[in-house]
Amino acid sequence: MPLMTARSNLWAFGLRVGLVLGSLAGFGGSAAQAASRLSITGAGATFPYPLYLKWMSEFQKKNTAVELNYQSIGSGGGIRQLLKKTVDYGASDAPMKDDQLKEAKLQIFHFPTVMGAVALTYNIPGVTQSLKITPEIVADLFFGKIYYWDDAKIQTLNPEVKLPHVPTLVVYRADGSGTTAVFTEYLSRVSPTWKEKIGAGTSVKWPVGIGGKGNEGVTGFIKNFPGALGYVELLYAEKNHLPVAQMKNREGNFIKPSSDSVTAAAAAYLKDIPADFRFSLTNAPGKESYPIASFTYLLIYKKNPAAISTTLKEYLNWIYLDGQKLAAELYYAPLPKDLLDRVRTQISQVE
Amino acid sequence: MNPADFQISIARRLKNRFVILLLIALACVALIPLIHVLHYVYAQGLPHWNLNFFTELPKPVGESGGGLGNAVVGSFFLVLVAAIVGVPVGILVGIFLSEYSRSALAGWVRTSIELLSGVPSIVLGIFAYSAIVVPIGHFSMLAGSFALAVILLPVVAKTTEEVLKLIPSHIREAGLALGIPRWKVTLRIVLIAARSGITTGVALALARVAGETAPLLFTALSSQHWPRSLLEPAASLPVQIYSFALAPFEEWNHLAWAAASVLVSLTLVTNLIMKWATRSRGESR
Amino acid sequence: MKAMTEVNSVGSARKSFDPIFERGLKFVAILVMSLLILIIFFLYQLAAPAIHEYGWGFMFKSDWNPAKLIFGAYPFIHGTLITSLFALALSVPVSIGTALFLTEIASRQVAAVIGFLVELLAAIPSVVYGLWGLTVLAPRVRVTVQPWLSEHLSFIPGFSGMPYGVGVFSASIVLAIMITPTITSIAREVFRAVPHAQREAALAIGATHSEMIWLSVVRVSWSGVFGAVVLGLGRALGETMAVTMLIGNRNEVANSLFSPAQTMASLIANEYPEATNPLHIGALAYIGLILFGISFIVQGLARRIVNRVANPSGGGA
Repeated sequence: MPLMTARSNLWAFGLRVGLVLGSLAGFGGSAAQAASRLSITGAGATFPYPLYLKWMSEFQKKNTAVELNYQSIGSGGGIRQLLKKTVDYGASDAPMKDDQLKEAKLQIFHFPTVMGAVALTYNIPGVTQSLKITPEIVADLFFGKIYYWDDAKIQTLNPEVKLPHVPTLVVYRADGSGTTAVFTEYLSRVSPTWKEKIGAGTSVKWPVGIGGKGNEGVTGFIKNFPGALGYVELLYAEKNHLPVAQMKNREGNFIKPSSDSVTAAAAAYLKDIPADFRFSLTNAPGKESYPIASFTYLLIYKKNPAAISTTLKEYLNWIYLDGQKLAAELYYAPLPKDLLDRVRTQISQVE
Repeated sequence: MNPADFQISIARRLKNRFVILLLIALACVALIPLIHVLHYVYAQGLPHWNLNFFTELPKPVGESGGGLGNAVVGSFFLVLVAAIVGVPVGILVGIFLSEYSRSALAGWVRTSIELLSGVPSIVLGIFAYSAIVVPIGHFSMLAGSFALAVILLPVVAKTTEEVLKLIPSHIREAGLALGIPRWKVTLRIVLIAARSGITTGVALALARVAGETAPLLFTALSSQHWPRSLLEPAASLPVQIYSFALAPFEEWNHLAWAAASVLVSLTLVTNLIMKWATRSRGESR
Repeated sequence: MKAMTEVNSVGSARKSFDPIFERGLKFVAILVMSLLILIIFFLYQLAAPAIHEYGWGFMFKSDWNPAKLIFGAYPFIHGTLITSLFALALSVPVSIGTALFLTEIASRQVAAVIGFLVELLAAIPSVVYGLWGLTVLAPRVRVTVQPWLSEHLSFIPGFSGMPYGVGVFSASIVLAIMITPTITSIAREVFRAVPHAQREAALAIGATHSEMIWLSVVRVSWSGVFGAVVLGLGRALGETMAVTMLIGNRNEVANSLFSPAQTMASLIANEYPEATNPLHIGALAYIGLILFGISFIVQGLARRIVNRVANPSGGGA
């Protein structure tokens, strides 16, 4: 774009003005020091943000010469920033698509760091138990075909719970999100009608319901509206003391979302996970597998500036050794052991 | 109280009573929700104020303590730089619109300003992102300040225009009649006469940008560290409030509320200083 | 006016700065205009794929389905217009009434304190307004306000439907609260700038307090009040965070004030960060452009109404 280059001269001037202002403002001196401290910025997925903050803080306790910065701007944003090279590394819940990788021209590695579960949660007056739910019921609920909670389909599956005659209200994520992508991906896999009519993606056209902003917006609606149900990352359901459903998996078992049942899903899929780790974990085989789960990735260029690459590799090694142990207490699922070994070999390829 | 009162008919007096009561009622209607929101912010935020909030960096989940010192500093510089760029430009445009309002150009500029005021702040953020972040190659405080400057500009310009227009023309004429050049009349007499209104406009604009989240997400980004340079990403209070208020951890929610009340208090102090400064200058004249 | 400028240009050497001053002002003004053009141009570039794909028809299509790459802007245009206009309808009388109360009725100290409180509220980040709305306002609206309104006012179109608590109604109330400080503060400055002599003149000819307020304060301030409303409207049209937390984010045309809906600004804020497909990004940018068009039309209409109601305002050059 010729216009861009013409503009950038103007901006270069603007930058100089900015620098003068900066030193006026008093950080001139410290900016000189900044050069000696390496700062690495990453951005992307919101879901692993709390864990990444914890990891960076622990890692920096030993590596005081580095300033690691990670900001949650959304998975799509993370991918776009990586492609525009405005960040040193990206992060995303969904793997990059083929055309995005092509757009990058340079090789990009996917590093799955941890996994997470998307939980189905609800606010039914008088019900604190974990309901048993089948894929058909989930699809019907989100299609708006089940009007009341005491619907025969749900009641017969949960004879020990007395379900009230309260209308159902679907709450979905209004903002584009990896959580929505995982959940709709799952629905598309278990319901051909869903796949055909709605499809999967970070934002879809919901047949019924209202939208909340972010996981917290969704739980906020659910808590305030008797009869509401929605899908959120497990952490949010747990911290808000909302009940979560046991989902019927491929083997016919009802499984509660937990870091164990997600790790089990990945272990069951182990042989199917390709060498570049781009893979969806939904509807996993295996008796103990929770069916609505996903990886979250760090996205890193194969070729990096020398200073950054050394630190990034140290950080990655630390993640797969010590970092994994910190995952479960924040409701993230650590990678299964066999997968860890495979990911580690990819670190050595980063330059 | 007034001799004229005797001639006022009962109907007019009743109408007068009614209008006055209506205005008082409207003021009450406005104040109830406003005070409720303000009270809500302080009730949630004040209990979590402490020294650490201002001096420490945020801590990860599960560790007690920690503050948002970096966001306080970051917000301060973000708004300061935005004001240095945006306020003078806004005032100059306001002067142009009011003092040269007859020209065709003024009509177009006025429309531009009004359109600019309705641009969603996220669009301005995306704009600043493509205009500054992408060419430079990384997120920076400077890009954030630029986006904020574009937001405050129409508010300052529009307020300045409206207040200047209300300065009676005889004040200008008196100055000109004394042989004072027009630019001096404008800057030294008209502008000074309108200083209270312009200060309000600037205060409103600063308050507005101090609380903006959306344009910063794509420009200044945020950071877990102290801001060191205008060319690096920097934390800011609204972005931290946004990400911490919507997080599922109580410690973070507390920090977010503390941050919201700190933000309002800092705005209060800034406003007070500005009002005081412009008032005393006027009185010494 | 013309005579005045002539007198100026004849003056001494000291006055020679005048043309430079005027040119400088013009330069800055043109700079600001080009900034707007640059923003529109840049949005147009982003929007190009969607503009080529849909043309003008985009504005009248009601389907929005990113997963299938089908886009239409009508529900959001509708949602933006009703929330903003409803918010203005709530806020304008209250704000102007408050501004008049502060300048014409309240004592200096009371006015100073309240005026200050009002200005402070502009600083509260919109996410805080959103949280307040979600936890304080929406539950009350759902449990008490909406059932009452549907019971007693259901004959008015719009006051009916399922009480979700969130939707156009709640979003508009929070928007109204958010724009009240802007309109009040600016209108107050406008009223305050009316010279005292004009008020005294009205009282001297025997006007009551309220007649004086109307004759010497409100009537001469139309243009300024209009400016205040324009800034308020601007904020309402462009607000994202608080609206998205309260409007229910339903990408469909709202058929009642209680329905969940979606605005243009909040749709952009919701979907832009995660959008990766160029057509999706283009459709969002196209909506940004349409928002420009809408503010242009709405503000033009409003100006026409004000010009008809008011005499051309006094003062100024």
